[in-house]
Amino acid sequence: MSTSTPAASAAAATADYLDQRTGIATAIKGFARKIFPDHWSFLLGEIALFSFIILLATGTFLALFFVPSMDEVTYTGPLAAMDGVQMSRAFASTLDLSFEVTGGLLMRQIHHWAALVFMAAIVTHMMRVFFTGAFRKPREINWLVGFTLMVLGLAAGFSGYSLPDDVLSGNGLRITEGITKGVPIIGTYMSYFLFGGEFPGTHIIPRLFTVHILLVPGLILALIGLHLFLVVLHKHTQFPGGGRTEKNVVGYPIFPVYMAKQAGFFLIVFGVLALMGATMTINPVWNYGPYDPSPVSAGAQPDWYMLFLEGALRLTPGFFEVVIAGFTIPLNVIIPAMIVPVALLGPLALYPFIEAWATGDKREHHLADRPRNAPVRTALGVSMLTGFTVLILAGSNDLIATHFHMSINAITWTFRILVFVLPVVTFWATKRICLGLQRKDRELVLHGHETGQIVRFEDGEYIEVHRPLDEQERWIRVQHDPRRPLPLLPAEDARGVRRPGYRSDALRAKVSRFFYADRVEPVTPAELAAAQAHGAHDQLTAGEHDETPAIGSSSPASVHQG
Amino acid sequence: MKAIAAHRHHRFAPVVLLALALLVTGVLYAAFSPSSAQAAAAPSEDDLTAGSNLFRANCSTCHGVDAAGRDGIAPSLIGVGAAAVDFQVSTGRMPMMANGAQAPSKVPIFTDEQIRQMAAWVASLGAGPSVPSDEAVDPALGDAANGMELFRTNCAMCHGSVGQGGALSQGKYAPNLSESAPRTIYEAMVTGPQSMPVFNDATITPEEKRDIIAYLDAQQQGSPGGLTLGSLGPVAEGLWAWVIGIGLLIGAAVWIGAKSS
Amino acid sequence: MSDESTEVGLPVDRNRLPERFENPGLPEHHARLTDTDPAAEKRAARIITGLFGLSALGTIGALVAYFAVPPGETVASIRLSTLLIGLGLAVAFGAAGIAAIHWSKALMNDHEKVEYRHPQASDRATREEAVAMLKEGAEDTNLSRRGALKGAMISALALAPLGFAVPLIGSVGGDWNVSKFRHTMWKQGLRLTHDPSGEPIKASDVTVGSAVHVIPDGLSEVEDVLEEKAKAVVLLIRMDPRDLKEADDRKDWSYQGIVAYSKICTHVGCPVALYEQQTHHLLCPCHQSTFDIADGAKVVFGPADRPLPQLPITVDDEGYLVAQSDFHEPIGPSFWERLK
Repeated sequence: MSTSTPAASAAAATADYLDQRTGIATAIKGFARKIFPDHWSFLLGEIALFSFIILLATGTFLALFFVPSMDEVTYTGPLAAMDGVQMSRAFASTLDLSFEVTGGLLMRQIHHWAALVFMAAIVTHMMRVFFTGAFRKPREINWLVGFTLMVLGLAAGFSGYSLPDDVLSGNGLRITEGITKGVPIIGTYMSYFLFGGEFPGTHIIPRLFTVHILLVPGLILALIGLHLFLVVLHKHTQFPGGGRTEKNVVGYPIFPVYMAKQAGFFLIVFGVLALMGATMTINPVWNYGPYDPSPVSAGAQPDWYMLFLEGALRLTPGFFEVVIAGFTIPLNVIIPAMIVPVALLGPLALYPFIEAWATGDKREHHLADRPRNAPVRTALGVSMLTGFTVLILAGSNDLIATHFHMSINAITWTFRILVFVLPVVTFWATKRICLGLQRKDRELVLHGHETGQIVRFEDGEYIEVHRPLDEQERWIRVQHDPRRPLPLLPAEDARGVRRPGYRSDALRAKVSRFFYADRVEPVTPAELAAAQAHGAHDQLTAGEHDETPAIGSSSPASVHQG
Repeated sequence: MKAIAAHRHHRFAPVVLLALALLVTGVLYAAFSPSSAQAAAAPSEDDLTAGSNLFRANCSTCHGVDAAGRDGIAPSLIGVGAAAVDFQVSTGRMPMMANGAQAPSKVPIFTDEQIRQMAAWVASLGAGPSVPSDEAVDPALGDAANGMELFRTNCAMCHGSVGQGGALSQGKYAPNLSESAPRTIYEAMVTGPQSMPVFNDATITPEEKRDIIAYLDAQQQGSPGGLTLGSLGPVAEGLWAWVIGIGLLIGAAVWIGAKSS
Repeated sequence: MSDESTEVGLPVDRNRLPERFENPGLPEHHARLTDTDPAAEKRAARIITGLFGLSALGTIGALVAYFAVPPGETVASIRLSTLLIGLGLAVAFGAAGIAAIHWSKALMNDHEKVEYRHPQASDRATREEAVAMLKEGAEDTNLSRRGALKGAMISALALAPLGFAVPLIGSVGGDWNVSKFRHTMWKQGLRLTHDPSGEPIKASDVTVGSAVHVIPDGLSEVEDVLEEKAKAVVLLIRMDPRDLKEADDRKDWSYQGIVAYSKICTHVGCPVALYEQQTHHLLCPCHQSTFDIADGAKVVFGPADRPLPQLPITVDDEGYLVAQSDFHEPIGPSFWERLK
């Protein structure tokens, strides 16, 4: 290959120039052919990342026209229903950029749709990481980084939602003020801290603007950098399969396959959001009107990612408010607005550490779990999602009432009960389903696929012919390590001396039993050999330890299901 | 069609066409003629008799033969005025077919003429708001901007920001106003049907009522942003973000992750 | 795989079977249609080229729409402008994205590659070296025996941010006069007026079953209009006096069945305004707290705990409704020192 085109020689010259000054060849050597595994669920985080880039681009467009000021102006513009109305400059500039800047409304709608999709993608991405156990060592720190990103996403969404200074978001701010005031001792001062005086004041929109376009996106950008750096450092997890081990990663190189796919997917995300922005109205602030403390409209709700808080506020009955020594403690606000989010999100943030402690597992994990192979984790995840979903539905109870012709009071009472009952039910059901799927896996490995062919033997016996699994199919179903509850050493040693640390060991053994007492272990070669020796319709259940604690306990595991 | 085409040049064709045109005009007039034109005309004795008979046959079971109402069953109609009767009956809310949290609007079972007669009879029992004139409810004469401000303060908390409706307690609801006729909207304000408070002419003047009608009428133009998605607010938007946005994007991700055949 | 291979690794002697199955290694590579059929490859290349072309057309469409279809003055024209530019963008990005992915899937080398992982932890030698370096550095500071210096340094650095934080926190809260929460602009003799027009309200104009949204007279002249309005909004309701249950100490707070209650919810401060005139219930659209206006605005459902504060009213000489005084308690949501 001695021939070189002008383009190639120009590229070579540029590369040489850069390398002499930055040593970039080292970086390219390290990165260009780095391997990424291929799976659709590994792209969920990318949806969030790309939505964020689109948010930055469209947000810059909007910031060029938006005026974060609460000065009163009189609007004149194309919209008849707003002509001559008094409003803040923030609201007026929102109308101007929507109606008078060509493409402005499109950018606003893309921005808002992208924000909703951004949060939805973060949640689905977290679900993928959770259910496949991709948060395990060495990725616990990155789980925390991701969790913080989700919380920052909430902050970004909330601060942006309030900027147009319309009636809907203004009532959202008023609720925020009411919640802030409810904080014991310093509540009223915190409210002044936020609003620079009494609600609404003239400071909140400029303050939220700074938070929305500088503080929060800056932090998000920095943490995305850290998040991706850690992904590269750890190399991506992969799903189990032939040739995939804890010590390798199988997939396609960054250059060119992954680059093309990533660029392509970014463009598709942009395309889908542009399509939504072009065709579907979002946050029509001209319907809500400029903020005024008196009006409110039916269907007063926050964006979807805040709905769980709204639902919690709607469900908590009023009698929780207490007065102690003349001081008012509105627990009917503190519980739903402060305790519920901590109670729901706290365990989520700490889950990697809880599971690691309960399992005593200190190894690195790079192979993703199939969710069925971690029944209790999967069930806990589904249970938590159920709790969130019930709260989200409770936050939409008025729409449920009108659309399904039900009484809002009956719906509220139903959700008050379901928010406690349904997570338990889904925990139990999910765990059963996972165990059932594992059993199905065992059966497939032991007896093969049903073929539908019935054969009659000479002695009159009928059997269905089963086709054994090929070794790739089988490997997926038998590759995982069986997980068993931690053994508990006796409280006293051989000489009858009480062992220090027994109590914490006992607790740990209990939690460990909760995780692993009910289990179905993968088929071993010996079991398969036995099955094949006994013929196709032999029942073999030796590997199952369902309901029977294997080690260190005498009580049935179902007691611990809680 | 061929037969018609062949007879296009028949010498009676103009006559037939003219007859057809007249018929269409007549039907259109009957369909679209302002049915409240009668509001101004004083009811005749025949109307009152007919209205009284209709009332006895269809309404008196609950409201009583003298329309004085029956405790715990139905309210007195003395002094509710013709507007209340026109509102309740022309939207099909009355007669009520079943007991429920509130009377839903249905296809009306009476003709405009019958409604006018019943309204005239009820109005004769005691003074009350009358059916508004066409001019009083003409959206073209109202100021939508003022209407929006009034709608936001007085109506949006129940009916939603653009009249899409909303929930009240115990299964009651504020109905969607997008299909409501201007006359119906006006009558609802002056009479305060069911859960709705009364907005008399001192609270919201007749001109202001027309402004509100103009604001609601302006909603028929739809949204400058595209599909309105029912104007249901952030919950519906969130649902669509998940269904369309995440739905399409996960579909794309599955395609990207799948091996090419 | 044939039956034969499933038997591999399963010798008859069970005792010598391995504990676990062996990883079978990477599956065989299956050739794609584009690898084996030159026609398919050409077709894929054509489709990709076409998609990139379509993308360019989308961009052109968006630009044409930008210049040729301005948003104009009507709802329909704004909608059209938004739609056309947006569809152009969607086609421009979407088609290019699909093309890039189709290219990577159909034409790029699809042989999977393997890269090896290394444990995250550094090896023992590196760790020891790192620890040694840190120790050395700590010794270099020459600090270990100077407790006073250490203490002074830590205190100085801990205090330093205060010079920044105190002015910041001190300034953001305005005048920090939180007692403003306790009062509204209502006072004796102040007329009740319509929201938003500011027209005074004659008691005789309020019919039974009415709900009137009220602001204090002269609201538009005060300095902090929105702050005062946020506290002073009132809902005026007239019901049949026979339906009204009034506490003994509030008998003279209403006027001929007309009662006035703060519109600000005692839960978290939404304007409560859904008045159901048949049941006399007032519902908050935000969290569905329901208050019984006929019975002192007592809570009958939902997350609020306290009744809405009542504004004592009467009429002046000309028959207009006026306030007797300010509210007798702070309006709106609960806070720590509310009862102090």
